[in-house]
Amino acid sequence: MTPRGLLRQLPLQAILAITALIWVFPFIWMVSSSFKTNREFLSAGLDLIPQQLRTENYVRAWEVANFSQYFQNSVIVTITTVTIVVVISALTGYALARVEFPGKRPLIVVYAATLFIPKGYTIIPVYQLIRELGLLNTLPGLILAEAGAAPVLFALLFMAHFSGIPQELDEAAELDGASFGQTFVHVMLPLAKPMIATTIVLQFMWTWNSFFTPLVLTLNNPDLRTLTVGMYAFVGEYNTDWTGLTAAALISIVPVLVLFLALQRFFIAGLTGSVKS
Amino acid sequence: MTSHATGAPATARRRDARNRGRRRWAYAFVLPQLVLVAAFTLYPIVMTHVYSLYEWPGFGPLDRFVGLRNFARLIGDELFWNAFQKSFVFMAGTVALQLPLALFIAILLNSERLYGRNVYRTLFFIPVVTTSAVIGIVMRSIFASHDGLVNNGLLLLGLIDRPIRWLSQGDTAMLALVLVASWKWLGIKMIMWLAGLQSLPVELYDAAKVDGANYWQTFRHITVPLLVPVGVVVLLFSMVDALTAFDLIFTMTEGGPGFATEFMELYIYRYAFTSFAGGLPQLGYASAAGVFFGITVFLISLALSLLARRVSRLRR
Repeated sequence: MTPRGLLRQLPLQAILAITALIWVFPFIWMVSSSFKTNREFLSAGLDLIPQQLRTENYVRAWEVANFSQYFQNSVIVTITTVTIVVVISALTGYALARVEFPGKRPLIVVYAATLFIPKGYTIIPVYQLIRELGLLNTLPGLILAEAGAAPVLFALLFMAHFSGIPQELDEAAELDGASFGQTFVHVMLPLAKPMIATTIVLQFMWTWNSFFTPLVLTLNNPDLRTLTVGMYAFVGEYNTDWTGLTAAALISIVPVLVLFLALQRFFIAGLTGSVKS
Repeated sequence: MTSHATGAPATARRRDARNRGRRRWAYAFVLPQLVLVAAFTLYPIVMTHVYSLYEWPGFGPLDRFVGLRNFARLIGDELFWNAFQKSFVFMAGTVALQLPLALFIAILLNSERLYGRNVYRTLFFIPVVTTSAVIGIVMRSIFASHDGLVNNGLLLLGLIDRPIRWLSQGDTAMLALVLVASWKWLGIKMIMWLAGLQSLPVELYDAAKVDGANYWQTFRHITVPLLVPVGVVVLLFSMVDALTAFDLIFTMTEGGPGFATEFMELYIYRYAFTSFAGGLPQLGYASAAGVFFGITVFLISLALSLLARRVSRLRR
């Protein structure tokens, strides 16, 4: 970067810097508010620097407002759902990429068609089904509904990925006496690491952020609330505790944010991949 | 392999056995997902249509078949059309705001020599990954009429002389939702536009430069026409996103004030899961609304996908 080059970029940089600042400003404001007292919060106007770094808002959200429980529920639901989705999508993708079997075409067509169906529209029967399975107001019920609603897009992306790997590799493994399942686990899965990472980050984001399904499925059991539902309940219960609210909001957002910043490349790859298909 | 091939028939037999084995493996591999998709995607689609033909509170026997009467009631309900219309106003607002702004930012970020380009891209993308339901609740505070961040900022800049009661008036509540939704999901559209811009052939731009075209001419006659297919895809995503933005709207305005921001999904939720109107939940009626809305979204997606395919074929 030559000094002249940088100078020429100055107007462009100014526009971008201001717009980007507006874009992240709500988050800066949240962090700042979460360290203030409620009185300070109301009188501060636009002053972003808290008088001192207080952690009491976090303590209050974590202990009093039960966010430790909500956090734990979110972690359990998200990790289990993501694991299930990765496994079933990879299995389907591999079978579709490698084997010709009767019913394969219709399966792909049906899966592709489901991509067009808006979510939310199917929540009523999902609720009924979970209830009939006796899993209403349980974490397994929620996990099942989340994993079941996961986009089959991942399976189709896995299929494309596996199709791009030379078939000679499987054949060599089979000549060495490996079964179909062993070949998949020991030879193909290690080659699908980028696809697995993409599935993990996207599905993590969806499940962690999911609100409607956990809201409907845990309506009668506050102990099973995930962070999103807990946030919603928080406003109803402590509606004047603004700083406690921003602390609770940050507790809910930070994990998915950290994951995004760490694995950004797979995020973008996954999104561009889903656009293309 | 332990045995040696002894002749053509034996080889063929072995190949058949191998294929049979592989097919069995394949069925075992697709089964887990097939069960889940069948139970939680296909079955619900079928059942929503079935429920829509019954009067049913969500429990007890499904025995009060009413034919298309739920749909007739839907069409006669003013609040249904209100929700339908509000959904589309919101959609039009977010699409009109996001698409050009995202394209503008993508163009600024497209230059490879731009200093800090990846940092900017990350910053614009951050709202996308954060939780809608949480953002909706935080935005209530940010748009609060008394000492909210937005009002304080506008007052400080001298753009308004008294606080706006954002979320307690219909029009401003809608505007606030459009602004927040556009802010939140612009990042995705930016990434899509960027992918489109990066796929444009460099040779055309070199040729335009040789011909003495200025920046605006190049943009107008090369970039825009070549970006149309990408644009249709971005449009499709934006529209479907906007029509299914339940979490944000539910947590930020809960459909209010009054029914000013009650979109389709909130209308459905209200009938399906609350005892609104002083009675039992009305799952049959809510399903009818779901079917109507689902079909609308499906038709829009389908029309735009066909359009996208048509456009990209014409280009070739």
